Amino acid sequence: MQEQEEIYSLEDQKRIALRNCGLIDPEEIRDYIARDGYKALAKTVRRSSPPEIIAEVKSSGLRGRGGGGFPTGVKWELTREAVGREKYVICNADEGDPGAFMDRSLLEGDPHSIVEGLTIAAYAVGAQQGYVYVRAEYPLAVRRLEKAITDAKELGLIGKNIFRSNFSFDLEVRVGAGAFVCGEETALLNSVQGDRGDPRGKPPFPATEGLWGQPTVINNVETLANIPQIILKGGDWYSQLGTADSTGTKVFALAGDVCNTGLVEVPMGTTLKEIIFDLGGGIPDNKGFKAAQTGGPSGGCLPEEHLDIPMEYDTLIEVGSMMGSGGLIVMDEETCMVDVARFYLEFTQDEACGKCTPGRVGTKRLLETLNKIVEGRGEVEDIEKLKALSRDIKKTALCGLGQSAPNPILSTLQYFEEEYKAHVIDKDCPAGVCEELV
Amino acid sequence: MSTKTISQEIEKQELDSDQQRFAELDKIIAANKGQAGVLINVLHKAQQLYGYLPREVQLRIAEKLEVPFSKVYSVVSFYSLFSTELQGEKTIEVCTGTACYVKGAADVVSKLESELGIAAGDTTEDGLFTLKTTRCVGVCSLAPVILVEDDVHGDIEIDKTAELLDKYK
Ligand SMILES: Cc1cc2nc3c(=O)[nH]c(=O)nc-3n(C[C@H](O)[C@H](O)[C@H](O)COP(=O)(O)O)c2cc1C
Ligand code: SF4
Ligand code: FES
Repeated sequence: MQEQEEIYSLEDQKRIALRNCGLIDPEEIRDYIARDGYKALAKTVRRSSPPEIIAEVKSSGLRGRGGGGFPTGVKWELTREAVGREKYVICNADEGDPGAFMDRSLLEGDPHSIVEGLTIAAYAVGAQQGYVYVRAEYPLAVRRLEKAITDAKELGLIGKNIFRSNFSFDLEVRVGAGAFVCGEETALLNSVQGDRGDPRGKPPFPATEGLWGQPTVINNVETLANIPQIILKGGDWYSQLGTADSTGTKVFALAGDVCNTGLVEVPMGTTLKEIIFDLGGGIPDNKGFKAAQTGGPSGGCLPEEHLDIPMEYDTLIEVGSMMGSGGLIVMDEETCMVDVARFYLEFTQDEACGKCTPGRVGTKRLLETLNKIVEGRGEVEDIEKLKALSRDIKKTALCGLGQSAPNPILSTLQYFEEEYKAHVIDKDCPAGVCEELV
Repeated sequence: MSTKTISQEIEKQELDSDQQRFAELDKIIAANKGQAGVLINVLHKAQQLYGYLPREVQLRIAEKLEVPFSKVYSVVSFYSLFSTELQGEKTIEVCTGTACYVKGAADVVSKLESELGIAAGDTTEDGLFTLKTTRCVGVCSLAPVILVEDDVHGDIEIDKTAELLDKYK
């Protein structure tokens, strides 16, 4: 595997999650310690009570970087307050969004920050056992994490009576086996238990009934990478960065038709244009910009008119996309948006676990209709049918995969309906992609 | 040696290596038994040992881990990385994630299909290559990407795939 991506940043001092990536030897725990590593953990277990840690994280305004954007401190508090025999913390390192690689870079480039972040979470909620659930497609990440855990244990940074306190914490890596739905938190719980990754209905939420029915915190890799810095520098410091509702920084994985592909870490609220054109260097070969896709298979495509929007959780939802985990795919003028929607539906259809009818049959019908259109057999009614079925699936699917599967269709219809019409009425693919129509 | 004894000898060696592998499998199972949620872990290791998960292996795991065979089978069939068929000696995986899609992964798949004379998912007649598609492997900056035996090849150019495959023949 390629060892280290290019990392771009608007202001270099704003590297928080990626602060160590590329600067330390990830297999050398002393490198991490030399850059203030495990200091936040020492401060946590020696000088702070769990409620103080939760208060600090709440005041930072940090929201989950795995896609949902739920406030991290609140999630910890709910888990702390929930009643259970035992409690668990899990790091979601499944990174299923195809086209995203932020979490892989963090796991491979700075595994100790994840170990430290998760250990702090465990202290805050009262857990003694944690798991990192990594996708099997990331073997180097698995190896580095395992080494990080072994080294941390050897130095007594995790294990029994950490920093001579009463707090003990053990950590294990669990490897997935190639199922996108396992990134969904309830499916992930089943997979960590060694079962099929079928999603469970919510509620109950994992905070009250998670792993083996016990209260469980599930946090994304990048969420956890921010934690040590928040504890060291304070929630107030963190909340000054970014915007009022979306604090801090966000790492995006820039890929597709863009000159500089790689990782960017920018303050929340940075515009799409700054990311794609200033940091990304624009579109190669003097081609025109067509769309930016954020949020992966659950997200949407944004057209040129939205290049000036700030990247924030709520703004992105307002314009029909979502933050997602940070995959950002740039598409040039030679991209067919109907085919893009078809691509995503093929993905979600294939990955749907089959447990609920909207997810199993509904996504299949959507895909069939899109196939019809790109193959030149589309009819005008198909566009309305797509919209109606999409709305039904969003309302009735059991889990987040199905509930968000129609989003790529809805957003491309919102901004590029003309292109759908060209396919069904004029039997023409304006971008020249669909073979049967050129 | 007569033909008969040679074939008996080969059969015996096969039997021995089968038993050896079963013994190794049993070791893997014993090391994990009793801990919660280890089935996927055991299956990964078994697949490394055998290259795939034939029925007898699944049965043995069920028996020794003391879980119902139906559970083993349902987990194996759920996850795409578990295979119940013998794979080619070398696996070629074409990434069909979003970044690779934008950079023309579909053309890479059809090119390899015609070059190998098989459809994605199948194994060549000589048993050398299995062609598969896979989701993002996380090196999207290098799109389009293919993996051959876990070696990552990025920025794939369609007219150079034949040369690339030759290196693995
Ligand atoms: C279909 C689906 C796939 C998901 N995949 C991931 C993933 O790969 N990584 C991740 O961190 N979260 C993923 N999530 C979000 C998780 O369910 C969960 O919200 C997240 O791990 C919580 O962590 P956070 O609060 O730190 O973001 C996915 C959600 C859905 C519905
Ligand atoms: S929406 Fe339904 S079928 Fe699809 S993954 Fe979720 S539970 Fe399974
Ligand atoms: S999409 Fe192919 S490596 Fe990420």
